[in-house]
Amino acid sequence: MSAVIAIQPDTGCSDAPVLRERGQREVFCGLTGIVWLHRKIQDAFFLVVGSRTCAHLLQSAAGVMIFAEPRFATAIIDERDLAGLADAQDELDRVVQQLLARRPEIKLLFLVGSCPSEVIKLDLSRAAQRLSARHLPRVRVLSYSGSGIETTFTQGEDACLAALVPEMPVAAADAPPTLLVAGVLADVVEDQFRRLFTAMGLGTVQFFPPRRAGALPAVGPNTRLLLAQPFLADTARALEARGAQRLVAPFPLGAEGTQAWLQAAASAFGIDPALFDRVIAPARARALQATAAHRPRLAGQRIFFFPDSQLELPLARFLSREMGMQLTEVGTPYLHRAHLAAELALLPAGTMLSEGQDVDRQLERCRALAPDLVVCGLGLANPLEAEGLTTKWSIELVFSPIQGFDQAGDLAELFARPLLRRHKLALPAAA
Amino acid sequence: MQLTLWTYEGPPHVGAMRIATAMTDVHYVLHAPQGDTYADLLFTMIQRSDRRPPVTYTTFQARDLGGDTAELFKTAAHQAYQRFAPAAMLVGSSCTAELIQDDPGGLAQALNLPLPVVPLELPSYQRKENWGAAETFYQLVRHLCPAPAQRAERRARPAGQRPRCNLLGPTALGFRHRDDVTEISRLLARIGVDVAVTAPQGASVADLRRLHEADFNVVLYPEIAGTAAAWLQRTHGQPHTRVVPIGMGATRDFIAEVATLAGVDAAPLLAQIDADRGEGGTRAPWYARSVDSTYLTGKRVFVFGDASHAVAAARVAAHELGFTVVGLGTYSREFAREVRDAAKRYGVEPLVSDDYLEVEAAIAEAQPELVLGTQMERHIAKRLGIPCAVISAPVHVQDFPARYSPQMGIEGANVLFDTWVHPLMMGLEEHLLGMFKGDAEFHEDAAPSHLGRAGTPALAAVQAPAAVAPMAVPEPAALLSTVTASAAPVGPGAPGTAANPPQVSSWASEAELELKKIPFFVRGKARRNTERFALERGLATITVETLYDAKAHFSR
Repeated sequence: MSAVIAIQPDTGCSDAPVLRERGQREVFCGLTGIVWLHRKIQDAFFLVVGSRTCAHLLQSAAGVMIFAEPRFATAIIDERDLAGLADAQDELDRVVQQLLARRPEIKLLFLVGSCPSEVIKLDLSRAAQRLSARHLPRVRVLSYSGSGIETTFTQGEDACLAALVPEMPVAAADAPPTLLVAGVLADVVEDQFRRLFTAMGLGTVQFFPPRRAGALPAVGPNTRLLLAQPFLADTARALEARGAQRLVAPFPLGAEGTQAWLQAAASAFGIDPALFDRVIAPARARALQATAAHRPRLAGQRIFFFPDSQLELPLARFLSREMGMQLTEVGTPYLHRAHLAAELALLPAGTMLSEGQDVDRQLERCRALAPDLVVCGLGLANPLEAEGLTTKWSIELVFSPIQGFDQAGDLAELFARPLLRRHKLALPAAA
Repeated sequence: MQLTLWTYEGPPHVGAMRIATAMTDVHYVLHAPQGDTYADLLFTMIQRSDRRPPVTYTTFQARDLGGDTAELFKTAAHQAYQRFAPAAMLVGSSCTAELIQDDPGGLAQALNLPLPVVPLELPSYQRKENWGAAETFYQLVRHLCPAPAQRAERRARPAGQRPRCNLLGPTALGFRHRDDVTEISRLLARIGVDVAVTAPQGASVADLRRLHEADFNVVLYPEIAGTAAAWLQRTHGQPHTRVVPIGMGATRDFIAEVATLAGVDAAPLLAQIDADRGEGGTRAPWYARSVDSTYLTGKRVFVFGDASHAVAAARVAAHELGFTVVGLGTYSREFAREVRDAAKRYGVEPLVSDDYLEVEAAIAEAQPELVLGTQMERHIAKRLGIPCAVISAPVHVQDFPARYSPQMGIEGANVLFDTWVHPLMMGLEEHLLGMFKGDAEFHEDAAPSHLGRAGTPALAAVQAPAAVAPMAVPEPAALLSTVTASAAPVGPGAPGTAANPPQVSSWASEAELELKKIPFFVRGKARRNTERFALERGLATITVETLYDAKAHFSR
């Protein structure tokens, strides 16, 4: 079985028109990325410099998940800061001092910009430099923006990782080629990929971000970059500026996506195709078996995606090609054509793609289409359920291990579950 | 800047959303950056609302800042009017929009929309959620209720018509507001009073226009309806209630107060309540009197929440359950006086703070056996290993239950009894643990077995020997006091200062072992008392004798 998937630029949705809309956007801001980033990098702390709204967002998004001491907090700007009565930089120094005294185990501190801090042009990068100089070697201080005016949901991860890139060690120009996998993956997924790469004898593989701030991988001209997530535009640009060469691949969702993603790395490192097939065969067979269980419930069902995370196109590709679902509209907050070229080519021709949002108009299109399953945020999910539509809330897709062969069945199940539930509760489908 | 781990209240525009969402035909156009729509899921998820909040956000982005954000607002307001056809519109800014100063009120006026437009001035960097709700409700009432000169004079009540009141304060996302309204409406009917308008929950613009027609107002939640009720009193001469009917004592006072305002006789109903121990009646007083509750006497309880719920809970705790209130506080600065007055009655230092870390330190210091608080106090209580029940917002999804569960009125008192006693260890188990040590399953540090958790010694780490934490408080609090000492004056009752550390006696190992034989929920207090006793007497070592001397000294 040959693993190569022919990607022909003249097929699929490569040249498809995209509906671009502007209006009310029902999306999270990039601060939300903190909710999973703080668990991935275990010795990092995220200090948002913002308003009470920012603090409220974080605790609402984190919900009951965090019933202990979280590794994030907000320095709430107050009227004294705005009136210039207190020097904002001095105030920040004081708050950071207070925080580091409370959390002595922290090695990396992110100052995270918000809408208020961006609008009043509080220079957090200068603050980060100053605070780093004061607290090194114990704590490194970096900054990035997770503001809603600049970032949408998962773009917060992009901004965070891009801020880490300058901290990565330099790999020598004559160093042997290494593979750098970028994007937060669940630990279990990371371990699976590592095992597969090792089994096919693929040199050094490093994951970015690492689980500890001190373990940043090196980057240089011999670094081959494989994106694990579709929302890493700035991170990829920063890594490419340091010499890394990005491998073109679809994203590792489903059996097909995972195989093609691994294949991109294997080809770049000259892995023997027979060995590659042998290594992935058992996991691939498991993926096909696990997804087949959910196919009867999903095949033929019509699905609609509201924009949320930029995962929408790869998910739509998986659900249409491997699960037989019919795509109605696939919305994404941003469409990075270069990073998604392989995905676009695999999407069925004629798929309606939209970028950006005017939520009321999009809701009208959704209602008119009356899809069997709607992927949307939590602000829309229950209201749409009340209208008789079946929904899959999209944030769960960012908080669950979904990449790789052994998660393909779980991924399919996430979409099958609401349909099964509606069946079990014997609810009528929307007219 | 203020370092904030958890915030008790959201920003004021969330309060405004709670008013708009509570009502039936009001739309809110909010100038806000992309991302602030997160607030929708407070309503759709936590309250499980089946429709989107009636809020249109401008969701401006960075690229819009170079252009005309004012135009963006006008377009959004115009489209919202056309699409949703509301009866009145609220317009305002979130914290970021407040910085760019587009003046939504002025812009909306310029649109000349053919409906009442109420501009909201909510200072996001000074005020918070409840203030925002109160201000929004007040502005709506003030804009919509006719001025005295314009109103038809209130006619004298026709003979035979029952007195009527408005029920003010319930909102979307309010802690048990749904069931409180039902319970109090039923109670009012029994007093002989009809409800004219309930607002803002379930009210229309037309309802607000006829608020002044009622004989008086019942203020269920002063944090939200206080300002509007005061205005109605000033402008329309409508008196309003002051008692929040949480707990049986307060409910009886409330009945008497309403009866006076309505000009009816409360005595028959009060007598009936006393006699009524049956179906739908008042069981809580009998439950509290029954001998099974004797072990609740003197349980040390720390109370924190919004001012109304905290003050009411303290009264129930002290006078209806026989607990000892060892701490009372609120995050509602606007109602600090009420809480200070109540704290005086229980002889405790009032805590008025919205700083989570300060509350955590105060609880660690007071060493209560039960915490009655908000969602945030659940975090603190979990960390300190103290039983906890929720009495006030902020709350999470589990405190918007499917079942009928008011806090107010007669059934509310029944709910309070069950909810507050549940987290405590039951009487027999408590006795047996005092008698027998070292059981593998019914471990001395174990959680109460009726809560279904295995006996893991969760407290062992927190209640570390005093030799490690010289402040003689659990370790997290020790960390906290170092932080506050460097940043701000130490709060009242905080132990010592960095400059003048207390000389703490060390524990002899037998005394340390003896201390472990004391049930965990009073062990912290025993440790503290013994150390204070030893300190006052200048004892270098705490022996088993010192432990029992201190016990005798402090026993009442």
